[in-house]
Amino acid sequence: DRVDDPTLLKQAMVRVAKEQDRDAFHFLFSYFAPRVKAVLLKAGSSESQAEDLMQDVMMTVWRKAKLYAPERGSVNAWVFTVARNARIDLLRRASSRPYDDVYEIELESDVASGEDEMFETERAERVSEALAELPEEQRQIIELGFIEDMSQSEIAEKLDLPLGTVKSRMRLAYGKMKSKLEAVR
Amino acid sequence: MKTTHHLDEATLLRYASGDLDSAFTIVVAAHLAMCDECRQAVRDAEEIGGHMMDHVDEAPVASDAFEKLMARLDTGENEQIEVDLRKNAQSDSDVPLPLRELIGEHLDDVSWRLVAPGVRKHEIRMGKKGESFLYMLNISPGMAVPEHGHGGAEMTLILSGAYRDKLGVFGPGDVADLDEHIEHQPIVEPGEACICLVATETPTRFKDLISRLMQPFVRI
Ligand SMILES: [Zn+2]
Ligand SMILES: [Zn+2]
Repeated sequence: DRVDDPTLLKQAMVRVAKEQDRDAFHFLFSYFAPRVKAVLLKAGSSESQAEDLMQDVMMTVWRKAKLYAPERGSVNAWVFTVARNARIDLLRRASSRPYDDVYEIELESDVASGEDEMFETERAERVSEALAELPEEQRQIIELGFIEDMSQSEIAEKLDLPLGTVKSRMRLAYGKMKSKLEAVR
Repeated sequence: MKTTHHLDEATLLRYASGDLDSAFTIVVAAHLAMCDECRQAVRDAEEIGGHMMDHVDEAPVASDAFEKLMARLDTGENEQIEVDLRKNAQSDSDVPLPLRELIGEHLDDVSWRLVAPGVRKHEIRMGKKGESFLYMLNISPGMAVPEHGHGGAEMTLILSGAYRDKLGVFGPGDVADLDEHIEHQPIVEPGEACICLVATETPTRFKDLISRLMQPFVRI
């Protein structure tokens, strides 16, 4: 099921962080666990590995709940990064430590703290709008990169396109999103 | 310090989606540590990931999945992590956080190996075969890096000092995010040495003959 109101996810995250509220966590789990597992399956895990990794990702969501900063992004985006980092650590056996370092700096920096949650909610909506309007050829490349964990060269090979075309479609897609976001900034 | 050269948009998306290998991830993360603007751009790109995950076809999880997770919580080994942001703020390090684990807290402590007159190098081992190289260069004022084409992508982050090439002046925090088609000849600005962090996909090949003769020794 889709959660139509992203503020419900935020409220649940805050209750998990502040009160270790297990009912709120159950709400988050019901929503995210099947999505996280789907992403892990698409990235190449077996069924049992995806189930185990999903457990680890959701455990990290619980353990790091206090690090989630509502004024900096949607819960969806944050859980995406937790799953992405698990993919890097566990599926690719590399280190997601640089991502954690950048996130730590992000939390320390006071530039973004001037942004309020209302603004941020609007930002997430603009991203959704921009992606909904993308031509299929650009959307497909974004999906292969972000969800199926394919590299740009793998995408080029799969779609039988020059690498330069994959890169330029990615830039086009990003550029559209950016112009929408600049309209609200 | 005003950063004027930023990450390519395709690179921002690759970082956000987790597509870069270790060497390039470190250089990007080190730039992000120094650049509010690109951090904001990464947050936007991560919203793309959130949106895509939101719209994925759900995969059913085991019927007892939540109970299993609650049982793990009850062992008491999985307490929530408290936020402690003081340690970084108190540091007097001149090395961006994502690089500290690899080279230490201070640029002065890096050990250099002379590879050509005025050019010193420090290799950073990334552990995995077949992946991109990561190293630092320390180039004396007024020195030119031999002209070279790129066998693959090359990303250079300036940590101190500055160099100039046809793309402009690159100072601390600036990143040259170049694909294999770009040829350039950086010359270090007068005054102080330029220390930079470089990731390359394949060893850079030099163009002219003298440089090519030097390459086995220089390998920059
Ligand atoms: Zn930047
Ligand atoms: Zn170069």
